[in-house]
Amino acid sequence: MGAVILAGAQRFEPTIGAALAALGIDGTVAIVTAGWQERESEDEELAAHLDGRTVNLRLHHRADLVFAADAEFRAAHHERQRLLRFKQDFYRIRLEHELEANHVIRQRTAPDDILAEEERASLNAIRILDDYHLAQCARIHREFEEAHAPLENPYVAAQRVQIAEVLAGAQALAIAGGHVASLLNRMRLFGVAELLTGQTVVAWSAGAMAIGTRVVLFHDEPPQGAGASEILDAGLGLVDGVVPFPQPETRLRLDDPERVGVLAGRFAPALCLALPARSTVLLEDGQVTQCDGALRLSPDGSVAPLVADTPTREAGR
Amino acid sequence: MTGSLAIERLRDAHPDGGKVDAFLAEHKIPLVEGHRATFVWRGEADRVCLRHWIFGLESAQELHRLEGTDLFYLVVEIPPRSRVEYKLEIWRGDHREWIEDPRNPHRARDPFGANSVLAAEGYEVPEWTREDPLARAGRVEPFTFNSRTLGGPRSGHIYMPARWRKTRRYPLLVVHDGGDYLKYAGMRVVLDNLIHRLEIPSLIAVFVDSPDRLNEYANHESHARFLCEELVPDLERRLPLMAEPRGRCLMGASFGAVASLSAAVRYPNFWGRLLLQSGSFAFTDIGHRNHRGPVFDRVVEFMNAYREDPSAVSERVFVSCGVYESLIYENRSLIPLLDATGMQVRLVEARDGHNWENWRDRLREGLSWLLPGPLMMIYE
Repeated sequence: MGAVILAGAQRFEPTIGAALAALGIDGTVAIVTAGWQERESEDEELAAHLDGRTVNLRLHHRADLVFAADAEFRAAHHERQRLLRFKQDFYRIRLEHELEANHVIRQRTAPDDILAEEERASLNAIRILDDYHLAQCARIHREFEEAHAPLENPYVAAQRVQIAEVLAGAQALAIAGGHVASLLNRMRLFGVAELLTGQTVVAWSAGAMAIGTRVVLFHDEPPQGAGASEILDAGLGLVDGVVPFPQPETRLRLDDPERVGVLAGRFAPALCLALPARSTVLLEDGQVTQCDGALRLSPDGSVAPLVADTPTREAGR
Repeated sequence: MTGSLAIERLRDAHPDGGKVDAFLAEHKIPLVEGHRATFVWRGEADRVCLRHWIFGLESAQELHRLEGTDLFYLVVEIPPRSRVEYKLEIWRGDHREWIEDPRNPHRARDPFGANSVLAAEGYEVPEWTREDPLARAGRVEPFTFNSRTLGGPRSGHIYMPARWRKTRRYPLLVVHDGGDYLKYAGMRVVLDNLIHRLEIPSLIAVFVDSPDRLNEYANHESHARFLCEELVPDLERRLPLMAEPRGRCLMGASFGAVASLSAAVRYPNFWGRLLLQSGSFAFTDIGHRNHRGPVFDRVVEFMNAYREDPSAVSERVFVSCGVYESLIYENRSLIPLLDATGMQVRLVEARDGHNWENWRDRLREGLSWLLPGPLMMIYE
């Protein structure tokens, strides 16, 4: 596994070009913009930022070709997505109640030891629910894969050969943000992670979220409601032990220790990283080796600049 | 002793025409100072009254003449974040006339004309109700549908979101009193903005109108059948719609909310989402005649039956109501019943009345809860 760069939003002040250059990467960069969905091919700005050395893998388009060619596979794929949506909905119903219980417990007055015990128990209940949801998602994926062997589907396989050829000639893979579920879905459909052969991966916003072990959806200030962060699914696992939170400027209340503490506590011992615009984090061999602008969220509710040499492995989880 | 309010200071300053001129030039009218609002009218009249629609207060409150001047004024306690629609009633002899406040530029339009609007401290017109040049505009086009059930054509409008694609599947929002929602609640702009902000998904909205709403919206079997067996199936054949309960939302205000709940009760789990605004959910605890009059009789019959045997007919129900409406009682009373059925229910109250801008101001909370957009999914 090559180095991985996680980055904040790139839309207005892109930094990935400099980050790749710092690693000596001056060759072809394969790009994934499947998170942009139908506008996947509108990658001119990104290509210009990377000096025109890009080749877009066009995963969204390739998926459309597969679905157009194989209606049965398309229907099965849609059915899996439908099942996942049902599961997400039920998970969310339970999760909102668990988070509400945690909030209520934290407001109570009680002897310190009892309060601490009950807070831990409440947080553990949330973690159990998160794990249950991940297991449910994994089961649905497994059943789909056993029934339909997507990587052996001839239309998928044909596209995969082309993707592998592009990757073989690339020094790096750049994964853009956008719709994280769509991005994750397309990357999983073509098994892109398994086609990597040591290329450096640079991923930002939804891209950074998709390559972790768990994809966590979040927004502390949605148009209504308390904003319950929720697990979408397992990620691609290109980085272990990191949960990225891009766009913290507009999505996270970093000045609220309770919210930060619950968020980081839920996913501990994973490293919870807020990735503001312009921030970059270089990960090599399970270690943060360079970082600029990223923030570490801790279970005690604190927020601090991330420092180099921080380990990322999820020991004991 | 000098008063704390501007009008009291003017009163204490031995006012004359010039001082009144200066007062009016200096202040926005109505004059909001903390939790108090001063209404004024200047001119010759025998009597001037404030007419408003705040349930719980006298609907007509008299303004007092400022001694030695032709200025009438009234100070009213107004809780923060209130929004109050009003008119001024001018009496000259036996003749009386209701007018919009000539010194207040803020108006709210409705099918009966317009009212002046008092915005209390803390109330602001939500910015998502205003045209946003960055938000791509959807298209609103008229349509006519020949209903066998209703025995004739029904007209309305269809909203198609910007950049919609045939290959996608969209939620459907059906809106009672659709023409009024478009005209008086600015719903096209609201949908454009909420979609642009990712707070609701791109959706297709159908704005239906009725030529006889007090009849058809009052638990009318034919109206429910028209919606569920004619209109929606036809739309789902012709348009790229999700065609499943969680992708169908039915909404309305006042009698339109009754029509929405009634259709949902007659066709359980057809509509996965209900948005009920200031519903005219009149009921009785004993007897069958509600104090609101015979036009409510069929509503009372329906509500009494549903209250007697409530059941889960949808997945999520959003209810909003103004606390200055008499209907707040009926709406609050409905919530525990809906809640107990297992449906997900949310009630939002606002310091506002039974009017279109109240209903407009609640659309963001309602729609984004019922039909959450991809805000949680998109990280650019």
